[in-house]
Amino acid sequence: MTTFIQLIVDGLAQGSIYAALALAIVLVNQATGLLNFSQGAMAVISAFVALTVTTALAPALGTTMAIIVAIIVAILFSFVLGGAVERLVMRRFEGGDQDTAVVATIGMLTLITGVVGVIWGYNYQQFPWFFPIAQSFMVGGIGISLWSLTTFLAIVVIMILLQLVFAKTKLGLGLRAVADNPNSAALSGLKVGRLLVVGWGLAAVLGSVAGILIAPKLQLTPTMLDSALVYALAAVVVGGLDSPIGAAIAAWGIAIVENLSAFYLPFVGNDLKVAVPFVLLVIVLVIRPQGLFGRKAVVRV
Amino acid sequence: MLLELSHITAAYGPVQVLEDVSLAVPDGGAVGILGANGAGKTTTLRAISGTVRVPNGTIVFDGQDIRGRRPEQVAALGIAHVPEGRGTLANLSVRDNLLVGAYLRKDRKQIEQDIDFLLDLFPNLRNRYKSNGSALSGGEQQMMAVCRAFMSKPRLLVLDEPSLGLAPSTAKDVYAAIRRLRLESGIAMLVVEQNANLAFSIVDEAVVLETGRSVLRGTTAELKGNDEIRKAYLGG
Repeated sequence: MTTFIQLIVDGLAQGSIYAALALAIVLVNQATGLLNFSQGAMAVISAFVALTVTTALAPALGTTMAIIVAIIVAILFSFVLGGAVERLVMRRFEGGDQDTAVVATIGMLTLITGVVGVIWGYNYQQFPWFFPIAQSFMVGGIGISLWSLTTFLAIVVIMILLQLVFAKTKLGLGLRAVADNPNSAALSGLKVGRLLVVGWGLAAVLGSVAGILIAPKLQLTPTMLDSALVYALAAVVVGGLDSPIGAAIAAWGIAIVENLSAFYLPFVGNDLKVAVPFVLLVIVLVIRPQGLFGRKAVVRV
Repeated sequence: MLLELSHITAAYGPVQVLEDVSLAVPDGGAVGILGANGAGKTTTLRAISGTVRVPNGTIVFDGQDIRGRRPEQVAALGIAHVPEGRGTLANLSVRDNLLVGAYLRKDRKQIEQDIDFLLDLFPNLRNRYKSNGSALSGGEQQMMAVCRAFMSKPRLLVLDEPSLGLAPSTAKDVYAAIRRLRLESGIAMLVVEQNANLAFSIVDEAVVLETGRSVLRGTTAELKGNDEIRKAYLGG
């Protein structure tokens, strides 16, 4: 029983990484109707910015203050980055085929990864954190990592905030309307261009928060989030493209099932456990194509 | 005059669609635009709301020339355009569709009252209030589109063929509802319609377009008495 619970706790920790990225993907989809494959790469570049700022400021401010400042800088940077990507790149595909725009985001994934590699190199770099990453405590025989717990809680807060923003605020309404039908939204006086920039900016902020939360655990490299992106996409499809809570829950669920099956199903083991999310994905798509929590069919990619 | 178009032209790329269109909508009045397919009815409306470029002529709304303004600017001035195909926000609930209509307004209490007013006028929508736009029937979507436009508290409601794609009886229902809305609110309307009988049920006067030109205008009674109009648009 202890092992079982430990596996679930570890799954929640692992799933938080996927969930963070999944939330950013849902945000862009809610705000623009697109899937952004460069979401992870944009998050990584922000994490590198945060690393550079931390390294530069740590001697003067101490590590804790330096990390706080670095997070703020990275958030501002990523908002500008996200907005700029919309204005300078995605705007050119507006009104065209959505598939073309999605392919453009794949191109940006390659571009950003390359640029980050040129600037910061491909070696693993340790991202400093407020406390030692290995720090953990025991509750009833189950080891809980402090990093996992705080990351999990941060994701829960972000998920709820995001759900509230979309469901209850005017900005959320505007973003959803523009994603749904930009021409029709403009006829109601919505400033479509500005809302798209804000939507991409906010998604990039969310992504950068994800990147920074994850970086201390995974070590920072240009391709840090590439595999997480695959899981996050699986989570988004399983949970529903239009449901932040659904996507986050699916991310945790996928990680837990992955962990449990690796341990309890001998033929899966550690080697095959990467296949588990995709088996889940196929099952869900067959049974409920709009995702477990989604309201519409996934038609865009 | 609330809205006055004088000798406007418009083109999609090299294809000239409007050659010379003039029309006027008085404050609180309702004007129809009649004409065959391809006469430029929809383009005339799109010229007003800024979704097509207008190289020549003037479009004066409430004393200022609005030619060349962007759609969201025109909307902010008080012209609410219900586009051809209704512009339904398919993944938003009926309530959210109406709230998008009220996006530029800040008077929250009044917004709720206006929604209530519209739901009384359009009881079908009250039953579907929480459903997604895509779940509504064509007639319901058309009514929702009209309500959404009305939610912006416009001075002028621009309707592009509200009967399009609807069964005749549903089209009649939609027009009856629009008529009630006009009587209750006194809002000015500019209505494109192929079916002149339907248009005449709500407008006071109409303009006839032929291949991008406004060729005739008159009151409803005058047009009904015109032999050519009767033959072309009223089924003999």
